[in-house]
Amino acid sequence: MNDEIYRELILEEYKRPKNKGRLAKATHESACKNPLCGDELAVTLLVRNGIMHDIKFEGVGCAISQASASLFTEHIKGKTVEAIGKMDEKVILELLGIDLNPMRMKCAVLIMRCVAAALEEKR
Amino acid sequence: MNADMRRGMHIKDDFPLLKKGLHYLDNAATTQKPRAVIEAVKRFYETENATVHRGLYPLSVKATERFERARGVVAEFIGAPTENVIFTSGTTDSINLVAQALPLKKGDEILLTPHEHHANIVPWQELAKRTGAKVVWCDLNENLTLDVDDLQRKLSKKTKVLAISHVSNVLGIVNPLDRIIPHAREHGTFVLVDGAQAVQHLDVNVRKLDCDAYAFSGHKLYGPTGIGVLYLKSLTLAPARTGGDMIDDVTEQEARFAEGAPRRFEAGTPNLAGIAGLAAAINYLRGVRMGNIHANEENLLRQTWDALKQFPRVRLLGPAPGQVMRAGILTFTIDRVPPHDLAELLARRGVCIRAGKHCAHPLHHRLGLHEGTNRVSFGIYNDGEDVEQLVEGVIQAMDVFR
Repeated sequence: MNDEIYRELILEEYKRPKNKGRLAKATHESACKNPLCGDELAVTLLVRNGIMHDIKFEGVGCAISQASASLFTEHIKGKTVEAIGKMDEKVILELLGIDLNPMRMKCAVLIMRCVAAALEEKR
Repeated sequence: MNADMRRGMHIKDDFPLLKKGLHYLDNAATTQKPRAVIEAVKRFYETENATVHRGLYPLSVKATERFERARGVVAEFIGAPTENVIFTSGTTDSINLVAQALPLKKGDEILLTPHEHHANIVPWQELAKRTGAKVVWCDLNENLTLDVDDLQRKLSKKTKVLAISHVSNVLGIVNPLDRIIPHAREHGTFVLVDGAQAVQHLDVNVRKLDCDAYAFSGHKLYGPTGIGVLYLKSLTLAPARTGGDMIDDVTEQEARFAEGAPRRFEAGTPNLAGIAGLAAAINYLRGVRMGNIHANEENLLRQTWDALKQFPRVRLLGPAPGQVMRAGILTFTIDRVPPHDLAELLARRGVCIRAGKHCAHPLHHRLGLHEGTNRVSFGIYNDGEDVEQLVEGVIQAMDVFR
C-alpha cells in the first residue's frame, strides 16, 4: 500500500500533536534543527528528582518529525532521566510503527536529539 | 497521446536506467544517461585510455587528438572559441576557480541576485571576506522575476563582479541577460553566468551573451558526473589551479606558467573519461535536436502547471509559463502537506521529485518558505505519463493529508 507510512496514527499525531507549546516553568530547554528537511524543534522540560514531570515542544517540520515529537514527548512523561538517556532509535520506530529510510530517520529522531541536548544543558 | 508524448517514450528507450514505472522528474538535480554516453565512457577505458599531451606512443597521441576534438564539440555547443573553453569538475568548481582568481580589494562590490544557487553565492562571500569587498543583493519583483531596474541601480563603478544565473534552479525563470549584461559592461563589471540549468534547456551562445565567464556541469546535460566547463572571455585571469601540465618550467623556487590557454587553466590530468562522455552527450542531444527538446519540455511544463493550478491548496511559485520565459522547472507547495512528506508519498509510486530548499536558502528565506518547497524538473525523456503519475500522486497526498 502506498500510504502505509502515513497511517492514521501518524497523521493523527501530526494534525493534533500532544504536548505542543512551551512550559511556563522549565528546568531545561534546547532547540534543534534537521538540516535535511528544515525541521525545527524547541523543547522545554520540567525535571524534578530525576523524573520528567512535564515536557512541551514547539516547531515546524515534516509530518514524521512532528508526529514523532508528539509520540516521544508523551512516552517519556513520568519516566526517569536515566531511563530516557538509555533510549535509542528503536524506541522511536516502535512508537511510529513503521519502517523509515536513513534520511527520514533523521526527521524521526530529531525530538530525541533535542531532549538529549536539553538534558545536557544546565539552566 | 500527441507527437511529443510519443517522442518522449521513444527517447526513454535510449536510457537504460529509466525502467517502466520510474517517473524521474528531478533533472535539475541530475540527469539520466543515454546508452551513447555510457558506451563512450566504457569505450574510453576499454580501448582509448592514456594521458594527454605527454605520451609519444600512438595510444596517447590518439587520446590527445580525441581530447581536443571533444573540447571543440563543447566549444561549438556554446558558441565559443576552442581555446576559451576550460574543463573543470563542474559548475561549482568553475565558479570557485574564477572567485579565487579575481583581484578584488576593499570597497569593491559583488552583485548577486536572489535567484542564485549556493554555488554562485558562497564563493563570492568568501572572496569578499578575503579581500574586504562587499556583497550586494538586488531585489525581486512581486512575481519573483528579477527586478532589473533595481539591479541596474545597484550597478556602479564599484561593482567589480555580477554573478547571475541564466536559469533559476528553483523558479525555472530565464533571466533577461540580453538586457542585464550590456549594463554591467558599461560599468566595467566582470559578469559570471551560472548556466547549470540553462544548457540543457536553451540554445546558449556565450559570445552573443557577451559574458566574461559561463559555467555549467556535464551531469546535468546527460553527461557524466565530475566534469564541467568554464568559458572565459578573457584569458588573462590568474590560474587558480596550479601544478602539472599548466607549467612551462619549474625550479625549486618557482614555476613559469604556460602562456597559452586553455592549458594554463587546466592543472593535473583532466577527467578524460568524463570529457569523452560529455562530448557524447552533446552529440546525442544534437541528434535529438534542441528545438524538439525545448518544445517537449515547454509542453510538459504547461500541462503540469495547468493540472496543478486547479487545486486551491497548491501554490505554484513564479509566473505562469507564457507570462515569462521558463525552462523546464516548476516549484510549488501544498497547504498542509509538508514538502518531504509529499516527496515520500510520490517516491512510493515511482515518482522522483525534490523536496527542500534546493541549495537556495536565501531565496527560500526571502519568500518565507522555511519548510522548503517541492520541485519538478523535466528532462528530454519525460512524457505525459510522468505528468499523470505526478498529478495523481499530488491528489493522493492531498487526500492523505486531509
